[in-house]
Amino acid sequence: MTRPERVIGNLNRALHTLLDDDPRAYVIGEDIADPYGGAFKAARGLSDRHPERVISSPISEGGIVGVAAGLALTGNHPVAEMMFSDFAALAFDQLLNFASKSVSMYGRPVPMSMVVRCPTGGNRGYGPTHSQSLQKHFIGIPSLSLYEMSPFHDNADVLTAMLSREQPSMLFEDKTLYTRTMHQSGVVDDLFRYELLDDPSRTARVFPVDCADPDWIILAPGGLTERAVAAMRTLLLEEEITCELLVPSRLYPFTVEPLLATVSRARRICVAEDSAADGTWGEMLAQQLHEHLWRRLDRPVLLLSAQPSVIPTAAHLEHTVLLQTTALRRALSEASQ
Amino acid sequence: MVSAAPHLIGGSTTATAITAPQPRTGAQRLSRLPAEDLDTLLMIRHFELAVLDLFSQGLVHGTTHTCLGQEYIPVALYALLDEGDYVFSNHRGHGHYLARFRDPHGLLAEIMGREGAVCHGVGGSQHIYRDRYLSTGVQGESLPVAAGVALHLRRAEPGRIAVVHIGDGTWGEGAVYEALNMAQLWGLPLLVVVENNRIAQSTPTERQMAGTIQARAAAFGIRHHHVTSHDVAAVRRELSGVIDDIRTQHQPLVVEFVTNRVGPHSKGDDSRPAEAIRHAAANDWYRRYEKQHPEQFAAADRSQRLAIAEAVREVQARPASRWEHA
Repeated sequence: MTRPERVIGNLNRALHTLLDDDPRAYVIGEDIADPYGGAFKAARGLSDRHPERVISSPISEGGIVGVAAGLALTGNHPVAEMMFSDFAALAFDQLLNFASKSVSMYGRPVPMSMVVRCPTGGNRGYGPTHSQSLQKHFIGIPSLSLYEMSPFHDNADVLTAMLSREQPSMLFEDKTLYTRTMHQSGVVDDLFRYELLDDPSRTARVFPVDCADPDWIILAPGGLTERAVAAMRTLLLEEEITCELLVPSRLYPFTVEPLLATVSRARRICVAEDSAADGTWGEMLAQQLHEHLWRRLDRPVLLLSAQPSVIPTAAHLEHTVLLQTTALRRALSEASQ
Repeated sequence: MVSAAPHLIGGSTTATAITAPQPRTGAQRLSRLPAEDLDTLLMIRHFELAVLDLFSQGLVHGTTHTCLGQEYIPVALYALLDEGDYVFSNHRGHGHYLARFRDPHGLLAEIMGREGAVCHGVGGSQHIYRDRYLSTGVQGESLPVAAGVALHLRRAEPGRIAVVHIGDGTWGEGAVYEALNMAQLWGLPLLVVVENNRIAQSTPTERQMAGTIQARAAAFGIRHHHVTSHDVAAVRRELSGVIDDIRTQHQPLVVEFVTNRVGPHSKGDDSRPAEAIRHAAANDWYRRYEKQHPEQFAAADRSQRLAIAEAVREVQARPASRWEHA
């Protein structure tokens, strides 16, 4: 068996592959030039190998995404890195009013293949302006697709899928994932296996070994995988509550129809996310699930989000605001009664 | 600048004490132009007047921004471009489109949502994309995009440039500075055309801009060229060398036209003091050309007026545009 690959290594390899294979690919971002290779090292080795198409930029998120849009407009495939996803707020105008709108506002489809990478999320003590999960602010924008990194989805495949949509896409990358390992060969650990479904969102399904229909189906973005699996493990071992986890690669557009056969195997459904509560991806999913499964469910969809709060820096305070394994397990346990 | 003005931060713009800058160009003689150039100038003028007229009759939905008084800028400039150069226009873009394509029917159909509209009526007056011409409606937004296009051109089609039109008011947007910084750092063939009509919607430039555009360009080490002439032939002579330079040397350039907005910002919303409006009208190339070349002007003016009137009749009679989208 090959040595497990770290998620950051997988992402770095995906960017290398993209630049090697696609002469129209560019990577642009702050502090991405070697030897530094970006704040989280996703860009390591890229500028040495492709100096013309790897562009270390000034601190100008709006400008970076605008330049990426100009490259996309001329038929290139740029990948722009926001050092922290929080700073995508500075590029909001370019994403909302230019890049995504250009796909359709000129009356005919204009291909705009570009990716904006967004290191996302908390639990690393970076504080209120460097820890947010801002997916909810980008949901519902016509012609803007949202993806989230996971330990199940090979990043080269994800980048290919994003660029093939011919519209701007954002890749949210939970920062705690970078140092974890990619799961391989359908195995999560001793208790859980996974498979990739072929729905449009390329959902990964994580399930206990030897399990019939589960008590719960949990839907969560990739960043929550580790916490969700840990909660599922405890529930299985200590309370004999069985859960499956669904992790879509594409968060938006998202339609639950292709997954109905899978999700309707359980009578309880939970949607978990790291966004600050209210107006979230989870609410959108819960609404769709209620629409289709209202009469089949034992209880309303259990929606678990982060607290509607700023994200504090101190570890003990941050811990209480974000959705943790213990809270997830407790909520599932209580809702199982 | 009158003494009271510095205290009026964001204050009324109708204060009669504000005096318009003295014309430096008013007495300048305008060259007699080849028929094609004069026709394009007049096509734009009569198009804009027709648009305002259609609005006042309630025949157009939404809003528009006309370029009355500024027509000579794209007419002069585009003779120095080829069709491989990209042009990024802004909210006040009818003249840019018409100077590039001479297609009043397609543009009017776009504004009126009629069949044959350049963008099927989705974009309207300020969101147009055709070939290598693109306009969009948010101030400053297109500069970083144009920088990205220039980055592509430098590598894939050396010798071609990206041109972006902005106004004096656009310099309030941060995107401008991000783009200028990158353009100079990376040696991008980007031509920033500033149409400084000294009024940003209702706010005179001196109330919204500290310092000067020239000094702002200089801060980035970017070459700046001031164009005060309203004479198409003179403007071309003045710019042909500097535009050639950015093609061959891969560097940005800021060209600032001192110009006049003869009409309102949008429709009937001109709150400038009467003196400033009179000043703009007195310096209007249209009146000056009429006075200096009366015979050539009269024939061409009549012909373009009739052509636009006919285009208006024809486009108005067309069925509504259709948008087929996923």
